Order: sequence, then C-alpha cells, then structure tokens
Amino acid sequence: MAEGNNGFEPKIIGFLCNWCTASAADLAGTTRAQYPPNLHPVRVMCSGTVDPVYLIKSLLSGADAVMVGGCHPGDCHYVSGNYKARRRMAMLQNIFESLGLDANRIWTRWISASEGPEFAAAVREITEETRKQGPNPLSTDWAL
Amino acid sequence: MEKRVGVYICHCGSNIAGYLDVEKLTEYAQSLDSVVVARHYAFMCSDPGQDMIKDDIRELDLNRVLVCSCSPTLHLRTFREACQAAGLNPHLCEMATIREICSWVHSHDEQAATEKAMALVAAGVRRVLYRDPLETRFAPVNPNTLVVGGGIAGIQTALEIADSEHKVFLVEKEPSIGGRMAQLGKTFPYLEPAMDILAPRMKQMVASEYVELMTYSEVTELSGYIGNFKAIINKKARNVDAAKCDSCGACWEKCPVEVDSEFDHGLSKRKAIYRPFPEAVPNIPVIDHEHCNHFLSGDCTICQEACPVKAIDYEQEDEEIEVEAGAVIVATGYDTLDPTPITQYGYGKFDNVITSPEFERMASASGPTGGNIVLKDSSTPKSVAIIHCVGSRDENYRQYCSRVCCMYSLKYARFLKETLDADVYQMYIDMRCFGKGHEEFYKEASDAGVNFVRGKVAQVTDITQEDEEKGKLIVVGEDTLLGTLIRIPVDMIILSVAMQPRAETDKISRVFLLGCSADGFFLERHPKLDPVGTMLDGVFAVGCCQGPKDISDTVAQATGAAARAIELISKGRVEMEAATASVDEEVCSACGFCEAICAYNAIEVDPKKRLAVVNEALCKGCGACTVNCPSKALQLKNFGPKQLMDVIDEATKEYAGLAS
Repeated sequence: MAEGNNGFEPKIIGFLCNWCTASAADLAGTTRAQYPPNLHPVRVMCSGTVDPVYLIKSLLSGADAVMVGGCHPGDCHYVSGNYKARRRMAMLQNIFESLGLDANRIWTRWISASEGPEFAAAVREITEETRKQGPNPLSTDWAL
Repeated sequence: MEKRVGVYICHCGSNIAGYLDVEKLTEYAQSLDSVVVARHYAFMCSDPGQDMIKDDIRELDLNRVLVCSCSPTLHLRTFREACQAAGLNPHLCEMATIREICSWVHSHDEQAATEKAMALVAAGVRRVLYRDPLETRFAPVNPNTLVVGGGIAGIQTALEIADSEHKVFLVEKEPSIGGRMAQLGKTFPYLEPAMDILAPRMKQMVASEYVELMTYSEVTELSGYIGNFKAIINKKARNVDAAKCDSCGACWEKCPVEVDSEFDHGLSKRKAIYRPFPEAVPNIPVIDHEHCNHFLSGDCTICQEACPVKAIDYEQEDEEIEVEAGAVIVATGYDTLDPTPITQYGYGKFDNVITSPEFERMASASGPTGGNIVLKDSSTPKSVAIIHCVGSRDENYRQYCSRVCCMYSLKYARFLKETLDADVYQMYIDMRCFGKGHEEFYKEASDAGVNFVRGKVAQVTDITQEDEEKGKLIVVGEDTLLGTLIRIPVDMIILSVAMQPRAETDKISRVFLLGCSADGFFLERHPKLDPVGTMLDGVFAVGCCQGPKDISDTVAQATGAAARAIELISKGRVEMEAATASVDEEVCSACGFCEAICAYNAIEVDPKKRLAVVNEALCKGCGACTVNCPSKALQLKNFGPKQLMDVIDEATKEYAGLAS
C-alpha cells in the first residue's frame, strides 16, 4: 500500500484530554506552530473517558488513524485516568493485532499542557506515518 | 422540543478571518441540520458580539448556541454568561475552536484551514445538540496561597496577601529570600540602594504572622484545581537547627573550606557552611554538602565544635511537606546570559571584561569590594566602556530586548562619573528609556558628559596599534552616526548581558503546567488583558519568569497577582464541573465495576435498590466509570456515546473541495 499513495491525505481523529494535550494544542496555536490540517481534534475531559468503541467507530467511519492524547503518566488531572487509558489502548492494540487489523493506526501520546511544540510534532509524525500507510482498509473495504 | 441552534463565527480581527474564509464557513454552517441562524462578526467576545447572541436567543427562540472562535479556556465563560443573561441555560452553549487549532496553525493554506474549520463547526453543532441544561455547582476555596520564588515579585505578592490577613506559603529554593534584587547596587532612576528598599520588606516577611517562609525548599509536585491545590514541597536539610541558631558566625569563621560565592558571582569566597549575604532572611547558615568535608569524607566536625549553642546537626534530613492552597503564584525569576560563547567580547579571556551582574556586586555597598569599582590589580579604572545588548536583540542568542539594560547601563555611567570621574563610553544600538523618569535620567547622564557611541561593537582586543592603547583594552567597532570605524582604549569593559529564562524552566513548567512562549519565558493567558494569568486556572506567573522587566513593573504585576488571589479567596467559591456522571436506573445491574474504578470514591452501589449511585459532590466528571460500565448505564452528562458517534461522523465526512 505504501506506493501509489500520491495525493492521499489521511483523516485522523484525535481525542485530546482537556487539561494536558488539548491545552498543548492551544499552546501550539498561540506560538503559531505550523502542522498539517489532517488531524481533527475532539476535546474530551480525560483520556480515561475515551471508550475504545469511539476509536473503532472512527476507523470504521473513514478515519485513517486515531490518536488519544493525555497527561503524562503519573500526572493525570483526575488522579489515574491516563493509566486507565493506557491499559485500554494497549488492549485495543492487542485485539487489533490478533484480528489482523492495523494496530499501528492507533496512537497514544502523553503531551502535557506546556508541550505545544511536542503536540505539533506529534501531529506531523502521525500524519506522515499515516500517509505512508495509505488509506485505512477498514473504511474502504468493509464500507460499514 | 425542536432544537434551534445559532452558530456564531468570530473573525478575531484577522486572527481567524485572515487565514480562513469566514463567509464560506458561515454559509456552510447555515446549511447544517437544526441550524436556525449562522452569523460572522469581527469580535464575538465584544459587547456587540454578545448582544448579537442575546438578541437572537430572544428573537429567534434559539435553544442551543455554538460560538466558533478561540479556545474554550479563554471565552467559554463569557459566552455562557451572555446566554444566561438572555435566559438560556449556560450549559446549552458550546464552543468550537477555530483559532488555536485551526487558523493559527494552518496559516499558509486558506482552503485547508477553511475545510478543517467546516469539520470543526459541523462537529460542534452535533456536540451542542446533545447538551442538556445543567445546574452550576460550586466548590469552596482554600484561603491559603502558595507563592513560589522569594525575589521581589514573590515577596511583594506574599506581603500583599498577608496584608489581607490570609495565609501565604512562600517557597524559595535558595537559603535566603531576596532574589536578584538583593544582588543589585543602586536602582534606577532614583538611585536608591536596592538593599535599602528590599531589606525592610524581607524582614516583614519574617515578622508577619500570615507568612510561612520555606527557604532552601522546592515544590516538587502540584495537584488539584483552582481553589483546591495540593503541593508537595521538598525542604532540604540545612543541617543547622533554626530554633537554636543565633547567627553568631562562629561556624563559618572556623570552617576551613573556601568556595566561590554564588551570590557575589565568584568575586568573593564563602565557606562550606555559609549564609549567602549578611542581610539574609532567615539569617541562618546552611551546609553545602557538595563541598563540606564532613559530608565528603566524614571526618571534619569543626563547625559543630565551634557552635556555642549546639545548633549544627549533621543528621538532619530532607523533609517532605504537603501544603494546600487555593491559588498558586509562580515568581521564579530569571537568569543572566553567560557571555563566554560570544568570544569577540573577550569575557573570560581578559580580566577586566566583566558582566553587569558582577558590576552590580562591586557597586553594592555591602559587596565584595565595599562599593568600590576596581580592576583586577585593585587599581581604579580611569575609563570604562559599557557594551549594550550583549546577547539581547541578537538573532544568534536572544531575539528580544531585555528592557532594563539601557537604564542600568546609564546608572553605571552616572555611578562611575560621580565616584571616580571616569571617562565612560556607552556602546549602544538604540537607547530605550521608556519608563517614568527614565528619559530624564538619560538626559542627566548625557549632561554629565557620558559619551554615547551608536553601533554594535565588533570586538574587544588587547592588540595595540598606537602607544596610547598600551596596557588597555580596545573596543573596536563602528560609530554608525559618524559613519567611521572607531577604536576606544579603556581600562574596564562592562557587558550588559541579556536576561534569559531560568535554566530550570523546563522542570518548573512541568510542575505547574505552564506553557512557554517562543522566547522561553512563561506564557501569560492573554498578553494584554490577563498578563499574570496562565492557562491553568488559579495559577499565576509574575515578574521576570514571564518576561524581562524592571523592579517597578515586577512589583506592579506582583500586586496584580495578589489581587487575583485575594479575589478568589474573598469570593470563597469556584465553579465546579457541572457535567457529572449519571446512572440510567433502567439499565444498571449493580455490578460494581464503576465503584472500583472511581478515583474519588464518588460511586457506591446501593445494596437495597440494587443500583449504582453517584455522589455529585464528590464526582469530578472525568468519565472513567462510563467506559468501564459493561452495560453503558453510566454516562457523563452532556458527553454521551451518541454525541461522540455523531461527532465522529462529522469529522470523517469528506470536506475536501468544499472551500475551493
């Protein structure tokens, strides 16, 4: 799939925790960092509130990659929400792997409120990697 | 009830409208289901902008409002209050950010930015459609304040708050408070000695019953939220019992180890047990473990033997202290740039090239030279050149202007003229004397016969060309007003070095979740309208940790931050997250999974009713339980799976070409 992706622009949905990663996204904006427009950020209160179902739904609906962004482990605004998220994401990736689906379309990033440049870099990296991977077969082949 | 949405798209001047097509965006918003009206306006947060929303709510019977503008952390409250004023429950108002995560970060591609904004607006409409009216809840505010940093900014903040008879914890990492200001000689433009005006304030800090001073301590962790923060403070062992010590000095007189004094920038020596300066507050020495023979080899107990009150305690250990506070004020100050890498100025190579902080120590009456300006060989300089903008306004180092160097350079010139009648040369790029009384001070220096040479200095050298240059340092550069190359031989050169962010800025920003602007200083919430606020509610940043400024500006900010903390305390309550978890009683099977996962013990299974019950006073609305609930009986109010599914549908639609 990696070849012949010329002009392919991936759709990525990012579920960003209100306190850390969404604030980092705001900070990236305030400092006028530039990054590709492929990621659609969805502000959620905590990475621990992101149901894996949302990620599966995103990938089935046409997203080429999904990202969950939370506070650094140990730093959660809600004590331990990001640990819960970390476990759920690991589980979801395992399930994807055992089903033969692209587990590497599921990204987890811990970006604190002060890390605007890191957020911009994460979006660049995820977009670039997804461009290489090509369109997500779950949305095209399965047409659910 | 029919849902009637109003969509309001803000131009934010040109911050949004300059980078994406607001008209196309409005047209698109108007075409969305349930949208009754879509409008765009220059500044939605202005009074006319808010009135537009209020009028539409009343006239068009809107029951949902979506404002598409900046981040909700900036103006959600503004728009919710506007809705409330027009009789709409504030929770029926939502924001879609099209500035921070769209126009500002895709500013070179109008079409892509407009299409992404369309997706964000469509998703925002879906989010607001599912919102229900909620009741606003409040939490009490802890009346204590935590101030981090004991320079003039922290001291001023702490004293202002203490004056309102509320408790302040002041944490300072050095053994004494006083900060950079304690190291200065005189202050511009009125030439009062810094210590004369600072020392009484430092003493007040100890005298005040409302201030709890924690020196030689650092905040290592901060948790909680506005009104209710919890901080963990690491109090380093001083190895001197503060209750017994009477600062007699016997310990440091006897101590055999000599080290460069950090306070005097190496111009004097201190012992391994030391107080940083005579006016230190608290006036109690500390043992520097890195150099103390007792801690290095274990066999020296000279200070313990010398102490008449038996205050030396080698066994003392670091303490971990937990404090609770409603507001946190960060005043961690600045560092000065080390000019060694700017090799053309010869710092470190020539003895008589010194930095401005070193000159300040020399000029200080209680400094290492007793207020006398001397060369390395202890003679008095007859001519001095002051090089401005060393590292400031320089693309290779710091792009910004450090704002204080012109004024302190003039202060040095006047000091040198008045005390030594030396020839003084100001090597400047532009004179920036913009404060109250500053221009007058500049004129006085000029009238006193100080020489002003405009142009950036190319080099400092000791290679002589003429006899009169022998034994001197020669400043080589261009006088851009005369258009000639110049060589000025002088005895001493002072480098007015840039102010820069603290070396520990990264660590501090992680603990207090502060953002940094491109220059590396902490980012304020709004450069004009909220210069001391930060992105985290209840945390404020003041003084030079937020950008270079002089003492007057620092004190003004510190007073402002104190007012903000007192405002919070006097209100006594903060708004809490209204969107708590709720249980669908029809679906809940009382399995108890939620009980186990809740970090706040806010859910319990009622054994009689066989239902999970949410304690709304404890629930923080994180939503962890909603994911864990196997039957999906638990939902976060105004944030449900249906809403999210719709948002995902909007986000994955095809927008490419819609704005072409």
